[in-house]
Amino acid sequence: MSRIITLRDALREAMSEEMRRDENVFLMGEEVAEYNGAYKVSKGMLEEFGEKRVIDTPIAELGFTGIGVGAAMNGLRPIVEFMTWNFAILAFDQIVNNAAKTLSQSAGQFSCPIVFRGPSGSAGQLAQQHSQTFESWMANCPGLKVISIIDPADSKGLLKSAIRDEDPVCFMESEVMYGMKGEVPEEEYLTPIGVAAVRKEGTDVTIVSYNKMMEEAKAAAAELEKEGISAEVIDLRTIKPLDYETIVKSVKKTNRLVVVDEAWPFAGVSAEVTYQLQKYAFDYLDAPIVRVNSADTSLAYSAPYVEEYLPNPKKIIDAVKSVMYVGA
Amino acid sequence: MASVIEKGKKKIKSNGKAKSAYSKETYLEWYEMMLRIRRFEEATLMAYGQQKVRGFCHVYIGQEAIAGGLVSALIPGDKIVTAYRQHGIALSRGMDSKSCMAELFGKSTGCVKGKGGSMHFFSKAHDYFGGNGIVGAQIPIGTGIAFAEKYKGTNNLCVTMFGDGASRQGALYESFNMAMTWKIPVLYIVENNGYAMGTSVDRTSNVTDIHTVGDAFDMAHEAIDGMHVEKVHEGLVRAAEHIRAGNGPYFLEIKTYRYKGHSVSDPAKYRTKEELNHYKGLDPVKNTELKILEDKIASKDEIQAIKDKIKIEIKEAVKFAEESPLPDGKGLYEDNYLQKDFPFLT
Repeated sequence: MSRIITLRDALREAMSEEMRRDENVFLMGEEVAEYNGAYKVSKGMLEEFGEKRVIDTPIAELGFTGIGVGAAMNGLRPIVEFMTWNFAILAFDQIVNNAAKTLSQSAGQFSCPIVFRGPSGSAGQLAQQHSQTFESWMANCPGLKVISIIDPADSKGLLKSAIRDEDPVCFMESEVMYGMKGEVPEEEYLTPIGVAAVRKEGTDVTIVSYNKMMEEAKAAAAELEKEGISAEVIDLRTIKPLDYETIVKSVKKTNRLVVVDEAWPFAGVSAEVTYQLQKYAFDYLDAPIVRVNSADTSLAYSAPYVEEYLPNPKKIIDAVKSVMYVGA
Repeated sequence: MASVIEKGKKKIKSNGKAKSAYSKETYLEWYEMMLRIRRFEEATLMAYGQQKVRGFCHVYIGQEAIAGGLVSALIPGDKIVTAYRQHGIALSRGMDSKSCMAELFGKSTGCVKGKGGSMHFFSKAHDYFGGNGIVGAQIPIGTGIAFAEKYKGTNNLCVTMFGDGASRQGALYESFNMAMTWKIPVLYIVENNGYAMGTSVDRTSNVTDIHTVGDAFDMAHEAIDGMHVEKVHEGLVRAAEHIRAGNGPYFLEIKTYRYKGHSVSDPAKYRTKEELNHYKGLDPVKNTELKILEDKIASKDEIQAIKDKIKIEIKEAVKFAEESPLPDGKGLYEDNYLQKDFPFLT
């Protein structure tokens, strides 16, 4: 049985179920308790779990992230919420230098089972500092796992897996997608980390994306369908470890690949997917891989700048047509 | 062992002696640990000179009284996290000098299999949460370790140590604020040895009595003499009692001095010979020995026996480190993830 619920409700269900299951799981962050979450993801959790386990922090990302890391090293399983990953930059020392490295430094004696979660990416006209993506920053660092997802059902299953995971996990959501609805099973389930999902099967071209760019990719695929181009659409779901096999398998069928990634182009997820695919599917490619990224610029405020900056169905369709060598 | 003061006093009463506040057992325990650290560090410097120890290396010589006090003032289950000048703190936890020396030598028998080196000893069995190489980063970590103790409802605390340089990091202010707000059982210790690398305390802040930073958070604080192990012990016990009574954190500034440079490559030209000599006159190892002999707490022979024991121990530690095998480089892929089949990229 399933029902239709929003992404924010799915995420809250994941946290609440895991907190009922394991008393060492707790949630901390700015506005998570009395305010019910800046985006209402944690609505009602203070009421159910009390102030010991749903903790409002001061605005001190470095400090409370470090407290989370220390608590994880000492037997707890914290969920640290960032109001946005843009603010998590202040805490990167603790994520990169401690959460990611504790296991290696201690030769396996101290683990750090912690989830860092919050929205990543642009969210309307929020300008330069509030519009960045961090998947490739975090995924570059050994010791971390990275999940970036908006599908409500998979978000729930993956967040539950992340909370149970023994390694530190960075979990990226999307501000503008919290209200998006989807079918979510009523019974308990986990979604495995490190496995991509084929959202739409197709035969002519593979489009790979993740997080809210999946919506653009799916819209482009629907449009292409009308023009007789059958696109297979893959949702990476997990950025690290990245499921290359699913992409390789798809490209062996379609022989063409477009990567859609909200991040900046340099050394990001799109570059990594492209490298791996040329390595493992070189002989199957009928065209160079093309990627559609955000502009290699900071995001400016006014609407035309946003339009210019972000990937959209038209840009994706153009990219698909270029790898298919058909006129745009 | 929080009752060491009482324990010591009882014993003195029954012996009818009055000169020393602590028992013979306590004095010898302090002396032995401080001497172990001194000799360990001397051996470290020698091995470094022979290029058997590599990387960044910061020795504890001069600051041993702090490690000595930690031996007696804590109770089982208390945790410690510190910075990269950490060999002495690790030893004070009871970690084996063999596994610590082997770690410096990068050997597979090291306390972290040669993965950490001088800055990163760890031992879960000793509740030792490591040496941290990022200045001040262990302050929120230690606060979090203590947070977990409170969450689990234990009576334990986390000693969170850092240097005077780290006390200017934002992480300290954020941690202090949360620790006081949430009454976290954390004992903050700034080992103020006067210099952040080559920069003296008074050149980096208008506030040179670092412990007074506690005032901004209504946090209990005091400065204590770090060259006398008795004073360190007493300060630690006072702080620990305050914390265990549920009052939240305590901030101890322990005034100390390092006789060597910041690291092995630092000639310490930023300070005068007179200053160094002044502090060498306060040598905690020598002075504790002197006190034991002058007050007739133990005999010359007993002191000599400890010296002989430590000499052999450190010699054996170096031999063990030298003779131990290097790790297999493939071990690099272990301990990055607990997931056994993590697909590393090539």
